[in-house]
Amino acid sequence: MTELFDNLPTDEATTTRLRERLAAAAASEGLLDVAYRTVDTPIGPLLLAATEQGLLRVAFERQDHAAVLAGLADTVSPRILAAPARLDAVARQLDEYFTGDRRAFDLALDFRLTKGFRRAVLAHLMDIPYAATESYTQVATAAGSPKAVRAVGTACATNPLPVVVPCHRVIRADGSLSGYAGGPDAKRTLLTLEAA
Amino acid sequence: MAKPFEQIVTTHGAMVLRVCRAVVGPTDAEDAWSETFLAALRAYPELPADANIEAWLVTIAHRKAIDITRARARHAVPVAEPPDEPTEPTMAGRPDALDGELWRAVARLPDKQRTAVAYRYLAGLPYREIAEITGGSTDAARRAAADGVKALRTNVGGRS
Repeated sequence: MTELFDNLPTDEATTTRLRERLAAAAASEGLLDVAYRTVDTPIGPLLLAATEQGLLRVAFERQDHAAVLAGLADTVSPRILAAPARLDAVARQLDEYFTGDRRAFDLALDFRLTKGFRRAVLAHLMDIPYAATESYTQVATAAGSPKAVRAVGTACATNPLPVVVPCHRVIRADGSLSGYAGGPDAKRTLLTLEAA
Repeated sequence: MAKPFEQIVTTHGAMVLRVCRAVVGPTDAEDAWSETFLAALRAYPELPADANIEAWLVTIAHRKAIDITRARARHAVPVAEPPDEPTEPTMAGRPDALDGELWRAVARLPDKQRTAVAYRYLAGLPYREIAEITGGSTDAARRAAADGVKALRTNVGGRS
């Protein structure tokens, strides 16, 4: 009964154009709660997601971009579209950072995925200068709880905005790198880049 | 646990475009698609978790098609009968140009048959859902789809 409609061509070009038009219309109607895109970097593809307030999430490939987006649908809003325009400035500044032409990010950030002490830790991380490092104990002290060293580790491990909020600049007191959500190689790459 | 809306567009975008082409014709199909997905995005957070996504999207597309058809009727210069061989310049060069004969035949179907055929064979909806969208009984929806397909077989040469 259905062979009349078999072999209808798939029209990729039209669908792509319509999706871009939808993303633009959604943004101008205030319906694009979360826009995302990916960028290729020396530490692999990064997922970037932003609300109208600012950059919400940066995620490494090993964190599973689809799972991260599903989590954002659950915790922030399911009104999520691939919409690169909102992330143009982020992508440009990351590009400059990875080529060594940028030492600080000038971006609106949305910290709604973190709170309490973790957020205080992230706020302090923003003050660690390019190419500098601090120990977990130093960060704990600066964030107001000298004994909360483990909690600093958790705050870094759950940083929703890695690279931009530089948790990679936190290392062990003995100088070893310790863990990183993007993997140890990514942490080494970032610190080597900044030391150059 | 709603999925990111992007996945809804990825999974169902092509289907909705075909439904729109069948129901409002190729010229207005892109506007119908855009309005359908924008309205769906607006309503998406309130969609029940167990909702049938295809039926929900087609329901919205059906309403948008009615809006577009009414707006066109208000603005268009009335034409007595569509010409037998419409030239449809907007089809030229499109990937679906080869299927122009099929779309033109679909466009000539009466409203009930056209929507029943589109929602059954392009959207894959059960007749019960189609009846809810278009109004009328499940049997009437089944008959309309059957009559529509019969007419298409007669009018679309060399396809079956």
